[in-house]
Amino acid sequence: MSTESPTAVSTPRISEAAIRNAPNPSLAAQAAQTARTERPTDHHNRIDVEDLDIYYGDFKAVEGVTMTIDPRSVTALIGPSGCGKSTFLRSLNRMHEVIAGARVDGVVKLNGENLYAPGVDPVLVRRRVGMVFQRPNPFPTMSIYENVIAGLRLNGRKIPKADADAMVERSLRGANLWAEVEDRLDRPASGLSGGQQQRLCIARAISMEPDVLLMDEPCSALDPISTLAIEDLIGELKKTYTIVIVTHNMQQASRVSDRTGFFNIAGTGRPGRLVEMDETSVIFSNPAEQATSDYVTGRFG
Amino acid sequence: MSTTLQQQPTSLSLTHGQLSRRVPVAIAVGSVVAALALVLPVAGYNPALIGLAGLVLFTGTTYAASRRVEGRRRAVDRTVTTLVTSAFVLAVIPLVSVIWTVVTLGAERFDAAFFTETMRNVVGEGGGGLHAITGTLVITALAGVISVPVGIMVAIYLVEYGSGRLARSITLFVDVMTGIPSIVAGLFAAGLFAQLGGPGTKNGLAGAVALSVLMVPIVVRASEEMLRLVPNELREAAYGLGVPKWRTITKVVLPTSIAGILTGVTLSVARVIGETAPLLIAVGATDSLNLNPFSDRMQTLPIFAYYSYQQPGFGAGIQASYDRSWTASLVLMLVVMILFALARVLTNVLKPKGLR
Amino acid sequence: MTADLSHGPAAASPQEPRSPHESLLQSGSARKAGDRLFKGVSTGAGVVILVVLAGVAFFLFKESLPAFAADPTVFRADATSFLDYVWPLVFGTVYAAILALLMATPLAIAVALFISHYAPRRLATSLGYLTDILAAVPSVVFGLWGLFVVAPLMVPAMRGLEAGAGFLPLFAGPTLASGRTLLVAAMVLAVMILPIITAISREIFLQTPRLHEEAALALGATRWEVIKTAVLPYGRSGMISATMLGLGRALGETMAIALILSPAPGVVSLNTIGAQNSQAIAPNIALVFPESSGLAINGLFATGLVLFAITFVVNYGARRIAARQLSGAS
Repeated sequence: MSTESPTAVSTPRISEAAIRNAPNPSLAAQAAQTARTERPTDHHNRIDVEDLDIYYGDFKAVEGVTMTIDPRSVTALIGPSGCGKSTFLRSLNRMHEVIAGARVDGVVKLNGENLYAPGVDPVLVRRRVGMVFQRPNPFPTMSIYENVIAGLRLNGRKIPKADADAMVERSLRGANLWAEVEDRLDRPASGLSGGQQQRLCIARAISMEPDVLLMDEPCSALDPISTLAIEDLIGELKKTYTIVIVTHNMQQASRVSDRTGFFNIAGTGRPGRLVEMDETSVIFSNPAEQATSDYVTGRFG
Repeated sequence: MSTTLQQQPTSLSLTHGQLSRRVPVAIAVGSVVAALALVLPVAGYNPALIGLAGLVLFTGTTYAASRRVEGRRRAVDRTVTTLVTSAFVLAVIPLVSVIWTVVTLGAERFDAAFFTETMRNVVGEGGGGLHAITGTLVITALAGVISVPVGIMVAIYLVEYGSGRLARSITLFVDVMTGIPSIVAGLFAAGLFAQLGGPGTKNGLAGAVALSVLMVPIVVRASEEMLRLVPNELREAAYGLGVPKWRTITKVVLPTSIAGILTGVTLSVARVIGETAPLLIAVGATDSLNLNPFSDRMQTLPIFAYYSYQQPGFGAGIQASYDRSWTASLVLMLVVMILFALARVLTNVLKPKGLR
Repeated sequence: MTADLSHGPAAASPQEPRSPHESLLQSGSARKAGDRLFKGVSTGAGVVILVVLAGVAFFLFKESLPAFAADPTVFRADATSFLDYVWPLVFGTVYAAILALLMATPLAIAVALFISHYAPRRLATSLGYLTDILAAVPSVVFGLWGLFVVAPLMVPAMRGLEAGAGFLPLFAGPTLASGRTLLVAAMVLAVMILPIITAISREIFLQTPRLHEEAALALGATRWEVIKTAVLPYGRSGMISATMLGLGRALGETMAIALILSPAPGVVSLNTIGAQNSQAIAPNIALVFPESSGLAINGLFATGLVLFAITFVVNYGARRIAARQLSGAS
């Protein structure tokens, strides 16, 4: 672990070897790896996960995940169905707790603050870690305008109309939707196409000015053109937000993300694990684990 | 190498063996004529008998004709079609009859006096149903005020919070409540108020309580169904924005399902507004206007209709009383029809466009 | 305690560090109170249901108990025991309801089939509304209609029945001249419970999986055969539960019978067209209660308790069958 040339892009070979020898990269190895590559070191919007287990009742759904998510980057989580990547994603904003009996063991830190510390209110967590879902879900009783500021309105926050208008425009511009809807903000949100609705949901999420934006397969219900529009949008959003995206589509992961984590499951009924996490280019061209390589080359999943 | 044989044209033409369209029509006409010929000399002009005879003749002849030409299966099919259609027509007849009766007989006293006068000091002709109309409105409104909030909150509990034994018991008990006969609800209210105010206490509130017992389960069931129809994704969208559960329910789930809930409420009102038995027991009857539900008896439309028939007075007053009875019935039915139409309008107007 | 919105446009410059947020450990006590209060209120509403039902049972029992020990002649001059007083009423209730059910069920199922499978699609919803309107007619109106319209109309038919089938105890006659007989009351009852059975059956028939129907059609079945092989078997438990719900309604029906029948107290008779008709529990209460006092009222409460028990059993059976349909049918 002492001879390598640090670059901003590629992983040092010897760290790889160390990882290959250990089935689960230890915290130390990961930390060392992080230190060697030149990645942004400011602590804003940064997520650290340490040895996280996620349970539904007695059933362990996800086991021993440790990862770091850099500020203002896009991290993709890939893996076969049922391997726990969505469950893990939802644990980052404590959405998994909506299901009764869900709990975690371990630590998730947002800018150094543990989201799972005793006394932390999950509702407040969700206001700082936003989420976009698989199927666009704008509120049907609200107009486009009302949907965008729904996060504020539903929480009873009153802000003057001028500020609200500015915020709506800002969020819609941020979601690349402003030009298409600026003259029909009062119309029901359900009149938009699928791709537009999803961008509306993104606008709604970013109007809360979260630190992190989680996206759970945001394009899987959309046509290819809308998908492209959203991928372009992600490229712009990452300048401001930290983004974690779960996707089934490997090409999408390779197009859109800076780093990729591969989740896998040992067998039915076994918990899912983070098998490997690295720069996207490495994962797709030269992954360290055999399982990763099999998955990205399409040999299974 | 196959020798090409001349294929015999198959006899399986697609229109083979079918009765032409004109045949059933002809049979129908013939049956009517034959029925008339059979019944008129024997029983005179009896439309029911003629209709029955015509039907039997039509069914029998069609069966025989179809059997010969189309085969047994088709014949049976035609017979069933005839029977099912006749059943429908038969079911519509009472509806038409009831509406016709109420409208024609109720029109007699459907005048301004009916809507402005009461029966206070009225013997025989004249008088009106104002006290009954106001009584019905007051008691039903009171019942609504009691049942709707309770019903909706129970539905919210069952859908958004409930799990485990308490929820299962509540669902079971709501089911039991749906089956309570209306007179038993009346007995309950009478017993309760006898306890509270002494034996024989009758007032509008007691009637409202009895009606609530009948209304609450309907509101609960309808609201529950509507709340369950709200897709979970909407709740998740709200949670994802950091909205607490109670605000999610009141500001997202309820507004999305409000159309269906209001429809259920309207239908429950329509159902209880015509209830007579429980009010007979718990509220009694009176001739005067009483707007205070907390003291004294009140008149209601169904009871007014009932007593106007049961105790019509004497002499010329009897017919007048019967007339008032029919008019009260007519007004009652009009109110129920309006409520039904209102329910339909609400569904169409309030339904959020994004949800089907 | 929510997102800090006081800073300027977030997208102004990508490198600008964003203002630090408040610590997550801020307790959000206001919203927790809101959650707890709301949950408490809705749970409380659920508890109200339990309390009300307990109250119904309690008051019924409380007012009935004195009747069981009392001298039965208070209720009916020739009663020898409470059972002797109640039995004819129970018989009348069940008999009238069963007659109504026998008349209504085949008709209701046929109508439901008509609306779901025979009528033109465009008309189907309107036709459904038609039968639902029948459900909107108040029972007192049905009673008056039965009295003034049906009874006189049915007299010749009843005389015919007496002439042709008078050997059956059912039609032993002699036909009551006013026509206000059990047969007419049962017919009106049948019209009243028709909408319930039709509405539920219609829903069940419409829910028959298309796959089953298409499988039958693909084999060249006629419309009736499709119904016989796919729709009816699938809907069997639904139809049974619909019928039992209709039965429950008929058992509790008051005003229509009260208006039509002139009851002879204490009579148990199978005769549906004669003068001596068995009275049913609910109309009996409606007719007698307003003029009663003291122990007689307790007696009426006791009959009400019996009626509640009967309808409870019937409705419970209907729910069980419906539940089996939901869980087992596949």
